[in-house]
Amino acid sequence: MLTAILVMAGIGLLLGVVLGWAEIHFRVAADPLVDKIDKILPQTQCGQCGFAGCRPYAEAIAKHEADINLCPPGGEHGIRQLADLLGVEFKPLGEGLTPKPKSVALIDENTCIGCTLCIQACPVDAIVGASKQMHVIVADVCTGCELCIAPCPVDCIHMEVVHENLGSWKWRYPVFPIQHEDAKAA
Amino acid sequence: MTQPIYSFPGGLHPADHKAESNGRPIQSAPLSPRYLIPLRQHAGLPAEPLVQAGDTVLKGQPIGAPGGRISAAVHAPTSGRVVGIEQHPLAHPSGLDDWCIVIEADGRDEAVAMTAIDWRQAPVWEARAALAEMGLVGLGGAVFPSHVKLESHLNKIETLILNGAECEPWITCDDRLMRERADAVLEGAEIMRRLLGAGELLIGIEDNKPEAVAAMRAACAAAGSDAKVVVVPTRYPSGGAKQLIQLLTGLEVPAGTLSTDIGIQVFNVATAYALQRAMELGEPLISRVVTVTGHVARPGNYEIRLGAPIEELIQLAGGALPGASGYLVGGPLMGFDLDSLHAPVTKGVNCIIVTHPALFPPRPRAMPCTRCGQCAQACPANLQPFEIFLYAKAKNLDKAQAYHLADCIECGCCSYVCPSQIPLVDYYRFAKSEVAARDREKQAAELARDRHEFHLYRLEREKQEKAERLGKKASERLEAGAVAADDPEAARKKALLEAAIERAKQAKAAVAPANTDNLSPERQAEIDAIEAKRKEAGQKETTP
Repeated sequence: MLTAILVMAGIGLLLGVVLGWAEIHFRVAADPLVDKIDKILPQTQCGQCGFAGCRPYAEAIAKHEADINLCPPGGEHGIRQLADLLGVEFKPLGEGLTPKPKSVALIDENTCIGCTLCIQACPVDAIVGASKQMHVIVADVCTGCELCIAPCPVDCIHMEVVHENLGSWKWRYPVFPIQHEDAKAA
Repeated sequence: MTQPIYSFPGGLHPADHKAESNGRPIQSAPLSPRYLIPLRQHAGLPAEPLVQAGDTVLKGQPIGAPGGRISAAVHAPTSGRVVGIEQHPLAHPSGLDDWCIVIEADGRDEAVAMTAIDWRQAPVWEARAALAEMGLVGLGGAVFPSHVKLESHLNKIETLILNGAECEPWITCDDRLMRERADAVLEGAEIMRRLLGAGELLIGIEDNKPEAVAAMRAACAAAGSDAKVVVVPTRYPSGGAKQLIQLLTGLEVPAGTLSTDIGIQVFNVATAYALQRAMELGEPLISRVVTVTGHVARPGNYEIRLGAPIEELIQLAGGALPGASGYLVGGPLMGFDLDSLHAPVTKGVNCIIVTHPALFPPRPRAMPCTRCGQCAQACPANLQPFEIFLYAKAKNLDKAQAYHLADCIECGCCSYVCPSQIPLVDYYRFAKSEVAARDREKQAAELARDRHEFHLYRLEREKQEKAERLGKKASERLEAGAVAADDPEAARKKALLEAAIERAKQAKAAVAPANTDNLSPERQAEIDAIEAKRKEAGQKETTP
């Protein structure tokens, strides 16, 4: 009887020591969940979710402070992935948020006064220019976040929808026109 | 010693319809008045225009430079004037418009000075560099830039395979090319062999082209080449690169790898012919042989300059006969419908088939999949097409990928044998392009994340630098103050400054607010009361 108790206590102690050691030596500094959520988010850094970028939103989701349906650029596919990752129900995009077609910002070079305000607003440094010099947006790295539009004092920036071209074209989901049997026979 | 022939799984024996167009020699097409040269006629990045509206160009002059490593140049097909760079419909399944350089021919057909490259003597790197400018792409239909395929590879290329199988029904352009220009085709292959440093050269031709086999064998004998012409049984898709490798070497290209990983490179015979012209004549890729067949008056093969409207090709073949229902680009199994006859002939267009309901009856309505497994038996890539179909239909891309969607070569065997008439390949194409789009989005997100992180880091760094700069300035000023004591000039300046500050202070004190002058006694009393209240409140705040 006593041996049994001692053996069990000994095992418990040993496992406790191992766990304690593992806690110290295998500590993960950052929350891995935040990284996983951040990976799903589209990284437009647009702030439409109400947070200052994708990472802060990911942190808020991980802390259960924000809902998963606040990201319009991520779309339905993004919400589904988040729901899968977090084991929660899918829900449609939050109220007042509408997904927009992928677009990039374009500066009207005739109106731009070279004030650098948009450069400071761009979260991905996609605008090239200097004080009193023409500003230009590098379309390849523009995420279409629209954060440069509000600071512009002369309203020279507008969004241009990115149209499909031969490089980005996708095969369509096969659909077949509905045919009436009698119409076909006739 | 005869070369052994192996086999590949699946495949079909559709009616080959080669006799319609392979009886006539290749005819040269006359010059067109107008050419549209698309900047994107190859796999990879589009070319970047080198000319602008109003420029005059000569035949063979580069008018578009490669837009990246995986890209190809484009050249003027004849001499004339550039009238613009415009969007025009192309021969592409999307039916979308794309940028084309529009050239109005002047009819003189003057060529730029073309210099041949002595490929037998010149160093390999020099030949490769010259080739990169020639705009050569795979003419079998994949249009992958050839110079990239001829670069040195990680693995040594042991075997070069020349693809003359031409397995798809109706198409005969490679057949005619081998029959009529076997010497040039063989020489092109020998140049490839030298550039790749390959030991063995195998030429695979289906047994329904005995004349081409004989011509190639004669060319080999005449040139004293040790290239082996291997006759393979006619079975679609023996002309698929992976299938031909399997037929000729018995080796299977593992999933997710390239044929170069097992030391084999495959080129189409038409590409070899174009390469020979590029090396021996210095002529870039500006024309190709196209089969025009089906419901036309004179089916045959036509050598036409790239950029000529497809409409002209059909006119050359005597025009579409009454009752024609449409136009197919490529073969009936892998081709697509042409939307506009004004679309130009591009590097990837190997065949135009004018369709007729009797030749190509409309596909019956698709019925549900019964999992009969006929598609799996026909699949040359050993896949389970019905599984991939079900997942692609449900838009479950991860599952479709798990069933090796990426290994599908879109040959169309499964759609052909399907008793339920399901257009299976359409679903695979849809799923594949969705997967590709998703990958592109992921890459864009990665890029944006990196740039945003750098942006945040940069802001932080700038803040720190500013703080450091200000701190440094402040300490400098302190030091300057200490120094001033024993410097009479600095002391004088300081005294002046202090005097100025003092004067400013006095001047400020002298100016009283104008609204407190000449007040009525009641007003003054009111102000006094407020001042008293304010004083009281201030005291209250400080001594609660």
